[in-house]
Amino acid sequence: MKKSLELIGQYFILMKVVFSTPDKKRIFWKQFFIDAEKLVLNSIPIVAVISVFIGAVLVIQTAYNIESPLIPKMYVGYMTRESLILEFCSTMIALILAGKVGSNISSEIGSMRISEQIDAMEMMGINSANYLILPKIAAATILNPLLMLMSFVLGLFGGAMIIKFTGIITMGQYTEGLQYAFRFYYFVYSMVKMATFSFLITSISSFYGYYAADGSLGVGRSSTKAIVVSSVSILVANLVITQLMLN
Amino acid sequence: MIQVNNLNKYFGEKHVLKDISITYKPGECSLIIGASGSGKTVFLKSLVGLLTPDSGEIWYEKIQFNALSFKEQRSIRKEIGMLFQGSALFDFATVEENVRFPMDFFTTWSDKEKLDRVNFCLERVNLKNVNKLFPNELSGGMQKRVGIARAIALNPKYLFCDEPNSGLDPHTSILIDQLISEITKEYNITTVVNTHDMNSVMEIGDTVGFIHQGKLVWEGDKENVLTSDCEELNNFVFASRMAKKMKEMMG
Repeated sequence: MKKSLELIGQYFILMKVVFSTPDKKRIFWKQFFIDAEKLVLNSIPIVAVISVFIGAVLVIQTAYNIESPLIPKMYVGYMTRESLILEFCSTMIALILAGKVGSNISSEIGSMRISEQIDAMEMMGINSANYLILPKIAAATILNPLLMLMSFVLGLFGGAMIIKFTGIITMGQYTEGLQYAFRFYYFVYSMVKMATFSFLITSISSFYGYYAADGSLGVGRSSTKAIVVSSVSILVANLVITQLMLN
Repeated sequence: MIQVNNLNKYFGEKHVLKDISITYKPGECSLIIGASGSGKTVFLKSLVGLLTPDSGEIWYEKIQFNALSFKEQRSIRKEIGMLFQGSALFDFATVEENVRFPMDFFTTWSDKEKLDRVNFCLERVNLKNVNKLFPNELSGGMQKRVGIARAIALNPKYLFCDEPNSGLDPHTSILIDQLISEITKEYNITTVVNTHDMNSVMEIGDTVGFIHQGKLVWEGDKENVLTSDCEELNNFVFASRMAKKMKEMMG
């Protein structure tokens, strides 16, 4: 318990150092775009593939469960849309990113720590935490909600594709369901979740990488811890945000 | 000039640096020697502020470095260059970007001026046509040279080298030693080198300090290293069979 509290304290102390004004704004923006490519753009293929397949599976499962002739078939589209926007495109995608992006960040920063590259920056008088971590947090937190929107569109596309190939319901019923009882607020809710999850993934992974020790084994351990702690934090944050925004 | 007074460092219960006091002068290549685990690297990292001593004073000219905050230390850090044991070149950057790195942060030079300085530093360490290579494309000796080029990029007043010869063949080791010595004299830099390589001691050691179990037990120049009465130093210097034989031959 004491160790956990110390760890949380250490995390907040690091975040205080991270969220200081960058030494040079031009360098910050350069790093921002590099990290945006590495953390967000490079995640597009995996997010796209998963979204299309999950969208298709959701349509099949929902159609399979609506057997009663009294329930209109357009509810397949409605349920698919709601599942995607409320949970899949934010929480599920964030959990996937916690694995992909989280391990990437913690191993990259951890390797820099054990090969004394971070020491070299500190020795020059550069705020290494600010230089290395802030652009990652900013890039992921600002741009990942767009990834969430892309995931949503591709999920709906996956659903449409399976309907076209199997004829499980008509395309008209599907599109009618997609437009039924549409609430823009759900987009806001989902984007807030995604931004929060992205902040948690990047900051927690950076934290474990920044304090990596004991050589390459230590870097491996910090990567594993980063993924586990990020994932649990996402689940807890999901509960809290849902309670606050939907209750 | 760097002056160290009664420096102590603990890791938990372990007393790693024991009351070390020493002075380093400009234009001199001062060597710290000692066995692995004797506290050399901890001492060097304390000098540059990467570790905080538990007690004692570190003075750079008339400023007590270890009494300053990280931000306040920045003005002195700009005047420090350091070569790390594993070179510590940034993996994500090319050779040119590595050497330019401190310039990007601490100068307002134009891109052309930065490039000219990068090329000058690389030529000074005898490297050509490597600007666009990444560190993993270089040999160990070349990485050390790029490390030196980065260390001298901002015309430092102080140069620290942590085991500059580790992992290098004898010929390359001598080249790196000579380079450090030449740069020290040429720019009148206060240079502190950590090493356990006796060749380096005899090649470039203007002054030598021997650390044994965290304590500075001997100080002198390179000529006196071989004739000292200090038992711990003799055990270190004449540790190998060949060195022992040489000592016997010398009488």
